[in-house]
Amino acid sequence: MAIEDEYIITIGLEVHCELKTNTKLFCGCANQFGSEPNTNICPVCLGLPGSLPVINERAVEYAIRIGSALSCEIRPSVFHRKNYFYPDMPKDYQVSQYDEPICVNGKLELPSFPKTVRIERAHMEEDTGKTTHVGTSGRIHGADFSLVDYNRAGIPLVEIVSAPDLSSADEAREYVSELRAILVSTKASDGKMEEGSLRVDANVSVRPLGTEKLGTRCEIKNLNSLRSLGRAINYEARRQMEALSAGQSIRQETRHWNEDQGVTSALRSKEEAYDYRYFPEPDLTPLDPDMDEVATIARALGILPPARRLRLRELLDGELTRSELEQVQTCVKFDLDEHVLDAVRTGVPARLALARGSNELASYVNQATVDSFEVAEFPRGKFIEVISLESQGKVSSTQAKTLLSRIASNHNEEVSALIEELGYKAASQDEISELLDRLISENSMEWERLCAGENQLAGFFIGKAMKITNGKVNGKTLASEMAARRLG
Amino acid sequence: MEIIELGAVEIAKAVKSGELSALEVVSAHLSEINEHDGDVGAFLLVMADRAIERAKEIDKRRSGGEELGALAGVPVALKDNIVLQGVETTCASKILSGWEPPYTATVIEKLISQGAIPIGKTNLDEFAMGSSTENSAYFPTRNPVKLDRVPGGSSGGSAASVASRFAPIAIGSDTGGSIRQPASLCGVVGVKPTYGLVSRYGLIAFASSLDQIGPFAKSVDDASLVLSVIAGHDGMDSTSSRTATYEHAPNESDISSLRIGVIQEMMSDVSNDVLGVFNQSLDALRSCGAKVETVSIPAVRYGLSSYYLIAPAEASSNLARFDGVRYGLRVTGADMNETYGLSREAGFGPEVKRRIMLGTYALSAGYYDALYGKAQKVRTLIVSEFARAYSDFDVLVSPTSPTVAFGFGDKSDPLSMYMSDVCTIPSNLAGHPAMSVPFGGGADGLPVGVQILAPALSERVMFQVARALEGASTYMAKPQWAH
Ligand SMILES: [Zn+2]
Repeated sequence: MAIEDEYIITIGLEVHCELKTNTKLFCGCANQFGSEPNTNICPVCLGLPGSLPVINERAVEYAIRIGSALSCEIRPSVFHRKNYFYPDMPKDYQVSQYDEPICVNGKLELPSFPKTVRIERAHMEEDTGKTTHVGTSGRIHGADFSLVDYNRAGIPLVEIVSAPDLSSADEAREYVSELRAILVSTKASDGKMEEGSLRVDANVSVRPLGTEKLGTRCEIKNLNSLRSLGRAINYEARRQMEALSAGQSIRQETRHWNEDQGVTSALRSKEEAYDYRYFPEPDLTPLDPDMDEVATIARALGILPPARRLRLRELLDGELTRSELEQVQTCVKFDLDEHVLDAVRTGVPARLALARGSNELASYVNQATVDSFEVAEFPRGKFIEVISLESQGKVSSTQAKTLLSRIASNHNEEVSALIEELGYKAASQDEISELLDRLISENSMEWERLCAGENQLAGFFIGKAMKITNGKVNGKTLASEMAARRLG
Repeated sequence: MEIIELGAVEIAKAVKSGELSALEVVSAHLSEINEHDGDVGAFLLVMADRAIERAKEIDKRRSGGEELGALAGVPVALKDNIVLQGVETTCASKILSGWEPPYTATVIEKLISQGAIPIGKTNLDEFAMGSSTENSAYFPTRNPVKLDRVPGGSSGGSAASVASRFAPIAIGSDTGGSIRQPASLCGVVGVKPTYGLVSRYGLIAFASSLDQIGPFAKSVDDASLVLSVIAGHDGMDSTSSRTATYEHAPNESDISSLRIGVIQEMMSDVSNDVLGVFNQSLDALRSCGAKVETVSIPAVRYGLSSYYLIAPAEASSNLARFDGVRYGLRVTGADMNETYGLSREAGFGPEVKRRIMLGTYALSAGYYDALYGKAQKVRTLIVSEFARAYSDFDVLVSPTSPTVAFGFGDKSDPLSMYMSDVCTIPSNLAGHPAMSVPFGGGADGLPVGVQILAPALSERVMFQVARALEGASTYMAKPQWAH
């Protein structure tokens, strides 16, 4: 029995999401990624003596959007100070929500696992600056000196804390992926993991199969891609299983994920953990959102990923196959569901629209790495034009795929011009008739056998036709022409 | 009358009418500073050049026919925990030595926009922690009325600057009595407004939920005028009241319909000489027609201990930023943590360190509920007991300070020093306005102030009572050198 089969993994995730407001949480400085270091700063976000914070109302609205999208209860909340010394924290305390967060008790459904993950809370806080340790190690120990960029200091964050409801790296990845899709649909976040807009901490514990009590957990900090998240969880879970199997115990501690070596290592244990000395931030008044406004914000959210998937599922009759479910997910993940819906509205069969959307378009728009969430646009009108032609039998499926690929690489290509250029002029009934005459005369023996009931020979004729026409013939049209001749 | 004896209202009037130039006003005060501040030590920094330049500007604007503000040509002394762009601000601490803020506090902007002329930054107990100005990291300030006595604190420099006639008005901050107590000890008027009436933006925080900026002046009307200039909502301070304003209403002094409560619990630790003057003030209030009765507010007895948990707790967090990384003093150590430690060790004085430690302890895991949490409950209790008292009385009164100005080193035990604020602290905990008005001479003829306390945003009635007391008093504190 493999060691993985003897233990149950429990994972809870804390996702820090930067809000896409124009300005910072407590001052008017630009909330902008990639500016020259220390240019988006002022007395407030530098925490200069005498400066005071003023809440950005838009950030509160965005937090409410996120909470509503995660089915949270939105409630009156209080900012606290989290006190600890670190050079990238201008005031040496972080303004954050502690025991009275703005959003509580939400949920998130994983699309492909039958599982609902509870969201314990989503609270607002300010981001810290960014420290770069200059020296060979790249970490604070052994650095020659450190540089701090305060552009990020004071950028609004919402931290979304899940219950320990996840039980595998795959589930964790899907949770983050789905959460990201929801965040992007609220327009409160751009969801860019690669720019640090989304940062994940994972709490991982294991316990022997058949036991109830959760094991001691370790927190892995700052996982910056889905790939790191999955690898780090798998490594950490296995490390804990091996330790327990060897009779050792797990220390509750914070661990760092080393991407290059593929290992986690201890940062600090609970005994050395900071006492953050939380207390209510006296420079800010409590937030007491107006419930009518909250309802208005929630209504304005529009349709969210779970509902978008449902919309696609409802296009198909009956029970969906596993692969159809995946197609639905892919279309929503890559923002292609509107393409599919529009195509179906113009009369394209749903299964065809879904297949082309998830297989072809998704691969074109997902040109970047697997971990990137970049979504490229695909011209919706042209997508509908191509698959309409396909569904009407005017172009073959092979031709349709080629057309989509050409449009993907150059959005300005016109469908009609491409058909002209590629010689996809759809064969007329006469041409098909002529072609069939030719095939029958060249293969009279096979034709007789087909007419006598050897139906599998239909494929033989279609193959020959494809070869002669370089794939331009529509297989379905030819098949029906053959059927008509056999009867006639 | 000599220029330096004039009040703010008179100076502004004279400058507007052309009777006096702003330059004459500023020069007269600067020469007084030159002559006597060597003995007093009210200023950490005198802004002579800036003040003269600013005075000339105002005179030019007047001759150009421009409208001048309510404080035209009035010199103002500023406590050195309030920032003015480009002017060194230290909080009388070594840790901020040489720091020039890149921005200006809202109150100073408001004062300047009404024609006031900043004349210098005044001494204080380091980070406003103290009641005698002996805790300044630079030098102590002396009481101008009697130079071998302290001026009180923490705004001792501001109080002394007005009592010395170095400036007709001054700005201070009051966290537990830091305006009222030195005002009482120096024989001037000092006002702590309602929390939220005056913006704190640009006031270097000691205890954010208690700090409030307010004026010092030689007369009640001057203080009222200055308050009307600095009061009002500020979008840069979230705790600033959105609706509150204060309008200067000169000459309102009829108190015949008022009910005045004398806080019984604030009489117990008061020395006999102070009590004597205070009782005379009660007689004066009665003869003005007010109904004066004693009232018991038992919770104020827990004010001091509650304050010495809340204020240090907030201070421990507010003062964390002075870490040697971005500004101020840095003593470089082997690593980051050592640099923090060495910088703060060298930069902070003993009282500041004591309060940071007290506050850190009060907020620590396992102690929070018993210490900080309980102190907040006392605060709530004080608010509700005040509310009950105000259902029977329009204002409350007490002595401002239990004693007259004491000698240097007399209160070397921190606890006895903390007792200086026993009567003033409850108003900060409640967020209510209170002020001190000089009424008579106590031991050695030293000034004794009467404290008037009022419900939130009831400054107007508080000032009415203050004018009545001022009108009934013949006492006038004079600098030692003026006798
Ligand atoms: Zn800023």
